Amino acid sequence: MLRRTATGSALALAAALSLSACGGGGDDQSTGSKTIQVTLANHVWTENIKAALPEFEKSTGLKVKLTQLGEDQLSDQYNVKLNAGTSDLDVMMYRPLQEGKLFGKNGYLADLTKDVKGAKDWNWSDFQPGPVEATTYDGKVEGVPLITETEVLYYRKDLLKKAGFSEPPKTLDELKAQSAKIQAANPGVAGFVARTGKSAAVTQFSSYLYSFGGKWATDDDKAAIDSPEAKQAYAYYGGLIHDHGPKNVSTDMSWPEAMAIFTQGKSAFYTEASSLYKNATDPAKSKVSDTVGFAAFPAGPAGSKPYNVPSWALGINESSENKANAWKFIEWATSKEQTLANQKAGVPGARSSVANDPEATSTYPKDLVAAAAEGAKNGVGFDRPKVVKVPEAREIVGLPIVDAITGKDAAASAEEAAKKFQALLDDEAK
Amino acid sequence: MSADTLPVTGTSGFSRWANNHRKWLFASPAMAFVAVLIIFPVAWTLYLSLTDAEGSVRAEKEFVGGRNYLDVLSDTARFWPAVWRTVQFTGVVLIVEVVLGMAIALLLWRPFRGEKWVRVAILMPLVATPVAVGMMFRLIFDPNIGLANQVIGWFGIPAQPWLAGETSALWTTMLIDIWQWTPMVVLILLAGLTSLSDEPQEAALIDGASGWQRFRFITLPLLMPTVLVAVLLRGIDALKTFDILYATKGKGGGSYHEVETLNVYAYGLSFDYNEYGTSSTVLIIFFLLIIGSMWVLTSRRKADY
Repeated sequence: MLRRTATGSALALAAALSLSACGGGGDDQSTGSKTIQVTLANHVWTENIKAALPEFEKSTGLKVKLTQLGEDQLSDQYNVKLNAGTSDLDVMMYRPLQEGKLFGKNGYLADLTKDVKGAKDWNWSDFQPGPVEATTYDGKVEGVPLITETEVLYYRKDLLKKAGFSEPPKTLDELKAQSAKIQAANPGVAGFVARTGKSAAVTQFSSYLYSFGGKWATDDDKAAIDSPEAKQAYAYYGGLIHDHGPKNVSTDMSWPEAMAIFTQGKSAFYTEASSLYKNATDPAKSKVSDTVGFAAFPAGPAGSKPYNVPSWALGINESSENKANAWKFIEWATSKEQTLANQKAGVPGARSSVANDPEATSTYPKDLVAAAAEGAKNGVGFDRPKVVKVPEAREIVGLPIVDAITGKDAAASAEEAAKKFQALLDDEAK
Repeated sequence: MSADTLPVTGTSGFSRWANNHRKWLFASPAMAFVAVLIIFPVAWTLYLSLTDAEGSVRAEKEFVGGRNYLDVLSDTARFWPAVWRTVQFTGVVLIVEVVLGMAIALLLWRPFRGEKWVRVAILMPLVATPVAVGMMFRLIFDPNIGLANQVIGWFGIPAQPWLAGETSALWTTMLIDIWQWTPMVVLILLAGLTSLSDEPQEAALIDGASGWQRFRFITLPLLMPTVLVAVLLRGIDALKTFDILYATKGKGGGSYHEVETLNVYAYGLSFDYNEYGTSSTVLIIFFLLIIGSMWVLTSRRKADY
């Protein structure tokens, strides 16, 4: 008997040793509470804040340990680490519309209500109500909105002029007509390009859906993507790429691929998030930097209704052992000064006082400022279905887009998708 | 004290205890390794596959018995197509890689001038990171600006959709896998060839056997154990392919799940949908599939020798 217990304890000891070796992950234990572990996404905002970090470290005496990841890798990291209840994460940059509900439901994010209301000078009431709603779950503030964006039309001034158009399209009908004419006159150049990946295209398609008068779901959670308006929107978006898009177009494109086609000079029009404009205007990244123009999202039957959303926010991991310092970082990173500095560098934030400050947009292309202002005025506050299982929902509502792009029966596909989407909504309502 | 105990100089409790339990003590690191890294994960996955775990693995979950298995096995939209793609992918790449690998290994078998350089060149793809290879081929096979269409254009062949096509995507990924992994088969077979003795070959030459006869009746039978090792290693690896597929087509294996194999499907279930129960079920079935095919291959081997 004694023998067995001894063996057992030796095994347990060995197991514990190897487990702690895994969990340690190379982090030295001396980090303590003076170091804040911050995980950020690859974004222009991150580059700007990184440059300002020394200033924060100097004034607070804290150290920031930064991890920077691409969107998908970031999601996967959170998935693994938050599932395991890690305390390796303090400050997290996350997408309120993508993960907000899931994280809220799982209790992954710390309640910041007291912090945001307690910081008088920092002024929580300065943040725009739409974005604030997106970072609030169940009445609790779980994140501070960081970056806002709307969808705008990117276009090539030179190609438009050559084709005899004096101004960019104001309606979706004009967009189609101009795309067709420019494509016919310029072999090798597509009239229009946009995201084509089933999931990636959903957010950019949402503006088309709203502008045709469609919705993802009704207010009482009935799938609405098989409505006549939604079917028109699917047929329009997919048809535009099918008829006037690049030849042999891939059905996996997210923004980097679609943006590349536009910035390589292979397309006349492109609808995309305003916050990505630097990729098109930066001569180092774009061959068309000097001829790119911006216009408000073209109006459909229901007017011009692009999304206007908080794409990223900062939150604190509920299992973090360093919440007070993590909040200090958020308070600094979302302060009026940092928001202004970022806005000047091309990243629009969620503070009203900054948005209304003419100085903040002085460095932007003028037509972009006008286009974005238009989007903010008429915009819809979400760009994807409002559910917990966002990735699954995006794949469902995104399939008719791809079917329309590849020339399949998009209306039938929309009806099929509506059934699946309804099942998902019903499942979540349970 | 049992008879096999060595004399102990110290009288401390630990030395005495350690001496008495030598076999356990020395085996314990290996046992701990197996327990922590193999038994525990498999058992945990098995447990999850019997629950409705979703959202967060720390959330409350209900025991649902075999329901996930029924759901998955009756799923003809995603699961069975993924199984078929896995089998197709593995079968095609395995056959091509072994045949091609054998041909190249035979070419490299006899010494020739510049042999070293040719070997290095042929083994080059093996050292590249699969994800980087995926990214590279994604550019090469781009339907609009890619090199592949340019090259076939020189011969008057019309541009192909490659990775962008609904049916061509899986074949294109097979091509990439073959490009990357044939060298490994070459390496294994070459090692086998070099260890063969020359005498049977010489005897056959004297008897007037043709080159093909010597290969078919002497080299191949002698090399069979090595071929089986190559098939086994490559087969298991090909079944589990993930990096190339993910790097070229992204989550879900493309908008139409064109290259979604079981591995890609299970990944999507847990990392996109957060459906850990279903994902675990798929993984357990996948695990059984691999064990099963390994068993078939190895039992045949025992029967042969």
